[in-house]
Amino acid sequence: MSENKIHTENMFLYYSEKMALNNISITIPEKKVTAFIGPSGCGKSTFLRSLNRMNDLIDGVRIDGKVMIDGVNIYDKNIDVVNLRKKVGMVFQKSNPFAKSIYENVAYGPKINGVNDKSHLDEIVETALKNAAIWEEVKDRLGDSALGLSGGQQQRLCIARTLAVNPEIVLMDEPASALDPLSTAKIEELIVQLKEKYTIVIVTHNMQQAARISDNTAFFYLGELIEHDKTKKIFTNPEKKQTEDYITGRFG
Amino acid sequence: MINSFRKNFKGVAIEGITLFSALLIITIIIVMITVIFIGGKSQLSWEFLTSFPTEGMTKGGIFPAIYGTALLVIIMSIAAVPFGTITAIYLTEYAKESSFIAKTIRFAVRTLAVIPSIIYGLFGLGFFIKFVGTHVDSALYGGTLHWGQPNLLWASLTMALLTLPVVIVSVEEALKTVPQELRAASLALGATKWQTIRKVVLPESVSGIMTGTILAVSRGAGEVAPILFTGAAYYLATLPGLGDQFMVLGYHIYVLTTQSANVDQSLPIQFGTTCVLLMLTFVLNMSAVILRYRIRKKKNN
Repeated sequence: MSENKIHTENMFLYYSEKMALNNISITIPEKKVTAFIGPSGCGKSTFLRSLNRMNDLIDGVRIDGKVMIDGVNIYDKNIDVVNLRKKVGMVFQKSNPFAKSIYENVAYGPKINGVNDKSHLDEIVETALKNAAIWEEVKDRLGDSALGLSGGQQQRLCIARTLAVNPEIVLMDEPASALDPLSTAKIEELIVQLKEKYTIVIVTHNMQQAARISDNTAFFYLGELIEHDKTKKIFTNPEKKQTEDYITGRFG
Repeated sequence: MINSFRKNFKGVAIEGITLFSALLIITIIIVMITVIFIGGKSQLSWEFLTSFPTEGMTKGGIFPAIYGTALLVIIMSIAAVPFGTITAIYLTEYAKESSFIAKTIRFAVRTLAVIPSIIYGLFGLGFFIKFVGTHVDSALYGGTLHWGQPNLLWASLTMALLTLPVVIVSVEEALKTVPQELRAASLALGATKWQTIRKVVLPESVSGIMTGTILAVSRGAGEVAPILFTGAAYYLATLPGLGDQFMVLGYHIYVLTTQSANVDQSLPIQFGTTCVLLMLTFVLNMSAVILRYRIRKKKNN
């Protein structure tokens, strides 16, 4: 494994009194695609959302243990959540473009970070759209509303919007689950390209997807991390019986 | 045979009664509008809208009342809309739904909404004029009467209090139509909460805020009770400033009907004024309805 980007140690997460994540210790390597799989309610999305502290928005969430990114515990008191989220971007399950133009959607992040120079913004927007493999489709209508794009295009626009902030890590919460097969294929292709520059962590319900695009796979079940290894190993020769049962479709 | 006849009869009777009630309401509205328009039609002219009353308000126009109403609702909106919007932002974006303070504010807003408007008038008199106004006078003017009496400012602020619940509730509704996913998207891009509110939530709900404003204005334009003690005037020969009493459409109708030197002679003007007020509130309400319809449509897409 290459350099460690994310590392958690004995991490627990509670919704009020209910334990949602039980003693998660995992190391996620830099510039690889790591997939989280597991049945609904197993905690994989919750865990993903704790990596950029989006769980902070939910009342009654409490976290114990260490969540380290680049060796810094992101739950330390002196951590600025806003800066953390610039470094750890997120793409959501349902594409959620703002009711603004395509250009303004991508420029939103850089603008709130103080980039005002028009030519600089243009450059960031173009690069982000190119990196998200949607530039060719939208370059002639950047001023049009983003809501007029198809579902798959909207999701790639949301990826571009995330990339425009120049994050180091991109978290993806089932980014293709609401898309048709063709759009899904485009997103998958894109994810594989993105790992050259970014550390990608993706939650997916689709095991074939995990097998196709990820380097490492982590299997979650009932709030616990059951197994985490090279994707090939997980899908061909898992250590744990539960993992094998899940990937062979015996439950879940 | 007889039984089924009874059943049928009962069914028809119930349908008939409900239909009759429904028709009655439509009839009342039609009659009311027709009478007002037939009575006021002959009055409606550019001159009526732009000239002062003459000959003891039995002739002439209603310009000062229109002017006063416009100023009243403008100043009222300047006070109520920002304040109401900020309150709504607190309630939807910052307060936790179940927190004591949010519940208390919601309770206060509901209570404000059901207080009879004459009470607002009395409150305005007691608070703005007798308390604030008198203290301003003694502090700034050595006790001579400037602000310690009814005027446009105090009347507008009293009206702002009355319409505040309308603004708060409609802005709150507008803010709630903004999907949580958009807030999450903005925050995940490293925006602060305030940046998210200012650049995503407010732009997405601007038409809802407009709806709230228009509803508040139309409520304010038609109310008379709150301004009875706080600034409405019987007749004025000049246009008012902030510190003056003022004429207003609703009160003007009341004055013409009950206080006029010659009620019969002023009858056409009463109709004309009523017509103008009715059209004003109708247009305002219609634009609120249209805006709200457009928001719903957008939300459903």
